[in-house]
Amino acid sequence: MTAVTLPVALPRTSRWPWFGAFAFLFLITSQALAIITSPADRDMGDLQKIMYVHVPSAWITMLSFFVVLVFSVRYLWQRRENDDLLAASAAEVGATFNGLTLVLGMLWGRPTWGVWWTWDARLTSTLVLFLIFVGYLSLRAFIDEPVRRAQWSAAVGILGAINVPIVYLSVRWWRTLHQVQSSPSTVDPLYVLFLRANAFAFLFVMIYFIRQRYEAARIERDAELAAQAVALGGR
Amino acid sequence: MTPKRKWAIAGTAAIIAVFGWMLYGGLDKNVVFFLTPKELLAKGTKGYDVPVRLGGQVRPGSVKWNDQTLELRFALTDGSSEVAVHSKGTPPQMFRDGMGVVLEGRYGRDSVFDATSLMVKHSNEYRAPKAGEKPQEMYRTLIKGSGS
Repeated sequence: MTAVTLPVALPRTSRWPWFGAFAFLFLITSQALAIITSPADRDMGDLQKIMYVHVPSAWITMLSFFVVLVFSVRYLWQRRENDDLLAASAAEVGATFNGLTLVLGMLWGRPTWGVWWTWDARLTSTLVLFLIFVGYLSLRAFIDEPVRRAQWSAAVGILGAINVPIVYLSVRWWRTLHQVQSSPSTVDPLYVLFLRANAFAFLFVMIYFIRQRYEAARIERDAELAAQAVALGGR
Repeated sequence: MTPKRKWAIAGTAAIIAVFGWMLYGGLDKNVVFFLTPKELLAKGTKGYDVPVRLGGQVRPGSVKWNDQTLELRFALTDGSSEVAVHSKGTPPQMFRDGMGVVLEGRYGRDSVFDATSLMVKHSNEYRAPKAGEKPQEMYRTLIKGSGS
């Protein structure tokens, strides 16, 4: 058997695995603390604890799509391939958290509201946001040519990100079943504390995920470029 | 044009169409998820026997629950107007006096709103119970039978 040499150098001495371990430990700790120590809500009892996953997940969705916006704009401006790969990584992570937000919201809605789903403006706009970014990801799979793929993706990414403020403000613009945003004055201080801790945990996980996806995408592209160079008889 | 390219363009067009609909079409600012009792009553005879969503607060003290027939009757208020509501089946566990609810159903000519579904509209408040108060205590008393 002949030895196969990898055409690209894999980064080996990275501190990112440690950051990932830290992010997940932080997440597990803050979730456990929130679940064990925070008192049950006077109206919904222990169901209130879904807040510690549903709300951070929604925030992180919006933040990820904001990252998509920033790197898509920068790609169109400076045409650097890395910006396209970063935007795609953030879109993937954002779509994941978006789907998670929807599912957790449904699990919360059934026992509290009485329904899994209803077509109010908040729920509908969140679903549309999810579909746009699922569309973004399938669009990338359909276009083989990297530059064209990056241009189309950037356009769709920017259009999709414009939907984020619509989702956020939907509960204020329209009369919805979903309640308006809570604030520290409407939420018990202990709940606020654990909500913030879990929001940071989700933030660290998001950063780690985007970074990992970006690194994988970069390695994939480098391998593609190296294969092309070999095929063209270079070296 | 390759088939792949066509798919990509069709996909993007679909995305933009959905987005445009979001912005300017289906979710017009005049479209509301539910009417208030005042708005429903203002419709007069047009408000009868059409499927509609109605939202408001359960007027405290108005809840009558029959645990034999599972029939629920209460008054829905928006502060100025009030509609009598009839619904069948166990309400969500957060249902109680003063809670916001959204109903799906029809307003009958007998001036009773016949609800086919009842959704609780939670406020944006989350509070730990006060000393001595147990969570969900009120629901248990409702299920034991408060009214009839």
